Amino acid sequence: MNQPRLNTSPHVSDEVRKTTCYMCACRCGINVHLNSGKVTYIEGNRDHPINKGVLCAKGAAGIMQVTAPSRLRTPLRRVGPRGSGAFEPISWDEALQTAVDWMRPLRETAPEKLAFFTGRDQSQSFTGWWAQAFGTPNYAAHGGFCSVNMAAAGIYTLGGAFWEFGAPDWERSKLFVLFGVAEDHDSNPIKIGIGQMKDRGARVIGVNPIRTGYNAVADDWIGITPGTDGLLILSLIHCLLEAGKVDLEYLARFTNAAYLINEAAGPEKGLFVRNAEAQPFVIDRRTGMPAPWEAKGVQPDLGAVWQGHRTVFQHMAERYLSPDYAPEAVAARCGVTALRIRQLAAELASVAFDQAIEIKQPWVDFRGDAHDTMIGRPVSFHAMRGISAHSNGFQTARALHLLQILLGAVETPGSWRMKPPYPKPMEAHPTPHFVTVPGKPLSGPHLGYVRGPDQLALLPDGSPARIDKAFSWENPFSAHGLMHMVIPNAHAGDPYRIDTLFLYMANMAWNSSMNTAQVMEMLTAQEPDGSYTIPRIIYSDAYASEMVAYADLILPDTTYLERHDCISMLDRPVSEPDAAGDAIRWPVVEPDRDVRGFQSVLLDLGARLGLPGMVNDDGTAKFKDYADYIVNHIRRPGVGPLMGFRGSGDGEGRGAANPDQMARYIENGGFYQAHVPAEAAFFKPWNSAYQDWAVQVGLFDTPQPYLFNIWSEPMRRFQLAAEGHGAVQPPDHLRNRLKLAMDPLPVWYEPFGDAAEPFGFTVHALTQRPMDMYHSWGGQNAWLRQIRGHNPLFVPAKLWQQHGFSEGDWARVTSPTGQITVPVVQMAALNENTVWTWNAIGKRKGAWALSEGATEAKQGFLLNHLISELLPAKGDGMRYSNSDPVTGQAAWFDLRVRIERAEPPQMGESLPAFGAVPRVVPEGSKR
Amino acid sequence: MTCLPGRSERTLGLVIDLDTCVGCQACVTACKGWNDQGYGVPLSDQNPYGSTPSGTFLNRVHSYQVQPADAAPMIVNFPRSCLHCTDAPCVTVCPTGASYKRVEDGIVLVNEDACIGCGLCAWACPYGAREMDADAGVMKKCTLCVDRIYNENLPEEDREPACVRTCPTGARHFGDLADPQSAVSQLVAARGGYDLMPEQGTRPVNKYLAPRKKDRPDKASLLAPLLDIQATGFAGWLDRVLGKI
Repeated sequence: MNQPRLNTSPHVSDEVRKTTCYMCACRCGINVHLNSGKVTYIEGNRDHPINKGVLCAKGAAGIMQVTAPSRLRTPLRRVGPRGSGAFEPISWDEALQTAVDWMRPLRETAPEKLAFFTGRDQSQSFTGWWAQAFGTPNYAAHGGFCSVNMAAAGIYTLGGAFWEFGAPDWERSKLFVLFGVAEDHDSNPIKIGIGQMKDRGARVIGVNPIRTGYNAVADDWIGITPGTDGLLILSLIHCLLEAGKVDLEYLARFTNAAYLINEAAGPEKGLFVRNAEAQPFVIDRRTGMPAPWEAKGVQPDLGAVWQGHRTVFQHMAERYLSPDYAPEAVAARCGVTALRIRQLAAELASVAFDQAIEIKQPWVDFRGDAHDTMIGRPVSFHAMRGISAHSNGFQTARALHLLQILLGAVETPGSWRMKPPYPKPMEAHPTPHFVTVPGKPLSGPHLGYVRGPDQLALLPDGSPARIDKAFSWENPFSAHGLMHMVIPNAHAGDPYRIDTLFLYMANMAWNSSMNTAQVMEMLTAQEPDGSYTIPRIIYSDAYASEMVAYADLILPDTTYLERHDCISMLDRPVSEPDAAGDAIRWPVVEPDRDVRGFQSVLLDLGARLGLPGMVNDDGTAKFKDYADYIVNHIRRPGVGPLMGFRGSGDGEGRGAANPDQMARYIENGGFYQAHVPAEAAFFKPWNSAYQDWAVQVGLFDTPQPYLFNIWSEPMRRFQLAAEGHGAVQPPDHLRNRLKLAMDPLPVWYEPFGDAAEPFGFTVHALTQRPMDMYHSWGGQNAWLRQIRGHNPLFVPAKLWQQHGFSEGDWARVTSPTGQITVPVVQMAALNENTVWTWNAIGKRKGAWALSEGATEAKQGFLLNHLISELLPAKGDGMRYSNSDPVTGQAAWFDLRVRIERAEPPQMGESLPAFGAVPRVVPEGSKR
Repeated sequence: MTCLPGRSERTLGLVIDLDTCVGCQACVTACKGWNDQGYGVPLSDQNPYGSTPSGTFLNRVHSYQVQPADAAPMIVNFPRSCLHCTDAPCVTVCPTGASYKRVEDGIVLVNEDACIGCGLCAWACPYGAREMDADAGVMKKCTLCVDRIYNENLPEEDREPACVRTCPTGARHFGDLADPQSAVSQLVAARGGYDLMPEQGTRPVNKYLAPRKKDRPDKASLLAPLLDIQATGFAGWLDRVLGKI
C-alpha cells in the first residue's frame, strides 16, 4: 500500500470568538472561527446553557447569512411611487434627520400617530423602553401573531409559560407529552432533551395532526383533529377526576383550589369570597374555620362549604365530571378513540402517582412549613403553536396547565420546571399603559396583564386606545399586542389614522401577514388627494425582504455577527431551571457596508428627539451606542440589562454599572449564569429559599410567593361585565362572546373557523416550521435552500384517493376568503382531514436577492392567501378579527378549506402569482 | 484497480440511531461547514441563489414514509453518508489509486491530487455516498473528519466528526467498531445495529440502529371510577375523593 501522508493536525483557525446565534429565536451559544479576519466555521459552544455544544442546521449555516447577497448596503430613501422600488442611497445623517423630521411633530402633538412594531426582536425591553419614552401607546413585538395564547395562559394560570420559559425535567421525567409542537421554542433544548429521554427509555407521546420531527420519533402518536386539543385534555381531566387520580395535597397547598367562590347573585358572584382585609381565604381542615391562605400550618379544605360558598375544587370537579367530557362523548370530534383517551389518562396517572419519585432534599415553604423531601410527579408536557394558534387557544393552553396542576406536575421533580425570572405571579407584572400626553413619555410599559375591565386600554369614549385594539373588549388579555392587525387597522382608520408606521424586522408585506395580497394593497393605498393612506413607513431590516419595497425610508441593520445585543433577564433570557442566565452578542466581524445595528440607531434617534433617558442634562446623547446602553442603563436601582459582573465585577444581579462588563461577558464565552441553590431548585413559587435567592439576584425586590390559578378571577371579572355588572361595560355585540371565552375555568369551544364547515370547507389546513428554516430568513441561505427549496401541499391518503390525485398533480385549495393552486404530495402519517405545508418557504419574485426563477418564488407558496385577518361577515354589521377572543392571537390554524384536483397552472407556477418585487440589491450569483 | 488493506488496525465509523433522528439536518450543514474549509478542495455550490441551486454535500438526510402492518404510518429520517466499507467497491474500482482505505483506521479517502474525476467510484458505490464537485472536478466524500479526529489543534473533546459533535438528539455516535469494548460496539450489540444493504457485499463499517417499535398500547390498566357517580351524585364522589387525603 502506498498511502499518502496526511497532516491530521491542520491549522483550524486564528481565533475563536464566542457569541450568540440569531438564526432563530433559540439563542444558542456559538463558536465563530476566524481566519485572516473572515468567518470560516460556526459550531456550538459546549459551555453554553442552551445548546451545550450542539447546533442546528440553521446555526451552522449562519456563515452563509453573514455573506448573503440580500444584505442591505446603505440607507435608502424612496424616490418613486411606494412599492415601485425606486430608492436613492442616502447618508446616515440624512436618514436619521428625515426620521426625526417626521417623528418630532408627532411627539409634540399626537404621539399615538407613530406606530412602532418590531418583529423577531430580541431587544423588546429596550425597544419598548424607547417607545415608552417617545410616548406612543402603539408598540408591540410579534407575539400577537406568534404564540401569545401560550404566554398569557401560562402567566394567568401558573405564573410562567411553556415557550422557552420552562422545560421538562429532562433528567428525571418518565413520560413526556407534546401537544402541537413543531420546530418551536426552544428548538435545540427540546432536541437534546428528547434524545436524552429516549436514551433513558422514558416515553415520548406526540399529539399532533402531523407526524414529522419530534412526533416522528415519539413512541406514540395521536393524530388529533386540529382545534380539538382542549376537548381531549378536558376529557383526560374527566377520567382522572372520575378515578380520584389527582394530587389533592398539591391542589390544597399550592393552588387556589381551596378558595371559596361567591355564590350570591350580584356583582360579586363568581369572585373569591374575601375577608375584612380584602384577602381570599381558605377553610382550615383542623378547625373548620376561615384561615389566611398563607398561614403557617394551615390545611386548606378542598371540600369546604362556608356560608353557602363552595371551593374552586368543587366547582372544577363538578364541571369536568359531567358526561359531556367523557371520552365517549368527545372521541369523534377529536378524531381519537375513547379507548385511546382512557389509555392516555391511565398512563398519566400511573406515571404521576405509581411511579412518583422523591428527592431527599429538605425545604421550607412560604408558610414556614418544613418538608423533609421533594416528591416528584415524573410527567412533563410541552405545547406550542399547534394549540395556541387557534381562536380557542388561550382556553386550550389553560386546560393543559390545569391537567399539569391536577397531576402535581409543575415545579416538582420529574415534571415541568420554570426558568428564572419565572415563576412570577401575574400580579407582579405591569398593567397596560396607554395614556398619551404630547411631548411626554408614557407613564409605564405598554404591555401587561389586565386584572379587570377597568384596566383595558380604552379612551374616555370607550374606543380602543391602541391602533391594534389590544386590551380592548375584542381581546382583553392581548399581552403581546396584535401586530397582524396594525396595517389593516391603520388602513381602515379604525380606531383612528396614524402618520408614521415604524417597523423593525417584520416581513409584513409577505409571510408575516394574513391576507398578504390585500396587505400589499393597503401599504400602497392612496387617498383621493393622492396622499398615502398610511402616510409614512420607516423600515429596518438587514436583508432585502419583501417588506423593503414598501418603505419610504430604510435603515439597514447589521447581521447578527456584526452587532451588539443583549439577551436580558428584563426580556427573554437564556435561563435554565437550575440557573438564571443572560447573554450578549458582540461584533465578531465588522460590517463591510454602510449599515448600523438597529438598536444603536434607535438610541441615536432618541437622542436627536431628546427622549428622556437618552439625553444628558446638556442635551447631548447619553449613550454612544447600544453596547454603552447595555452596560450603563439602569432599569431599577442596581438592576440593568445584564446581571453578571456588576459593580466591581463580582455583583450578581445587583450592583452598579461596571464599565468592564462587556469585556467580562466576552471573556466568559458570551453569557453569564447565576445558579439556583439545591434547596431552591423545585417548588419555586412556594419555596422560601428560591424566593430569597430571587430577591438576592434582583429578579424581585421582595419575595413573591403565590398560588396557581385554577379559577381565574380576572376572567370572571370580564364575564361579570358581560353579564351587566360594573361601570365599565362592553358593547352589546360582544357580550355573548365574552361570557363564553372569559370562562374562569378552562373551557373548550369550537374554533371560529369551524363555522365554515357547513359550507363545504371540511378540510383543515396548517403550516409547520421546518427544523432547518426560521421563517423567511432561511430561504435566502445558500445551503438551507438546497435542503428545502420548495413546499408542496401534503395531502393525507384518504383525500388523495377521494380526489384522484397522482404524483406531480396540482390542487386548487379554496377557503372562505381566498384560493390558491399548488403542487401536492401524498403523506400517510397525517390526520385524515388535514392538509399542510412548510411555513414561509414561498418567496415573492425579486426578493431576498434570489433569481426570479427560484423554486421558492415559482412553486413555493404561502397559505396566508387563504387566511383573512377578519372573520367572514355575520350580517350584524360588525367585523370580527380572526383572532383568539381572549388574547387576540392570530388564529392561523383555524383555517378551513376545500381541495380539488386542478390543471397545472401555466408556467408551472403556484397561484396566485405576483409580479416581481423591485430589487433593492442585485441578484446573488456566487456565494 | 486499487487494493484494499487486508485488515486495518482500528475500524473507525459511525453508528446512527434512527430511533432518535428527528431529521433536523444539523449534521448536514455542520458537515458542509467543516469540510468547506477542511480536507481537500471546498464544497462548491452552483447557482446558490438561482433557480436550480446545487452543491456538494458529503452527508444528506432523507425522510421516508413507512406504513407498518400493525401500527400507524411513520416517518423515518435517514442520514446518508459514506459507510467506510470494509470491502469498498469505490476503492477497488479506482483507476488511479486516488481512492484508498487507510490502514490505520479504515477510513476511506480520496487523494484529490490523484483523482482524475472519472466518476467510476460514484458509479460503484451502491449507497450514492460520493459526490463529484462540479467546480473542482474531483470526487468528494465523507472523510470521517480525518482532519478533526486526530487534530492536536482542537481540544480533545472536539476530536470527533463535525456531524457527531453537532447532533442535537445525540443520534450519531463515533468510535472504533473493531473494538468490542468500545461504546459504539456496545451500542450496536445492545440495539441490534445493522448493515445497510448487506446483500451488496460491501461490509459497511457504519451501522444503523432501527427505530424502536412504536405505538405500543401502554401497559397501565384503565382507570377505574371511584364509584358510580351517576348513582351517588357529586356529593358522594366528593366524600370519596377527599376521604383519601
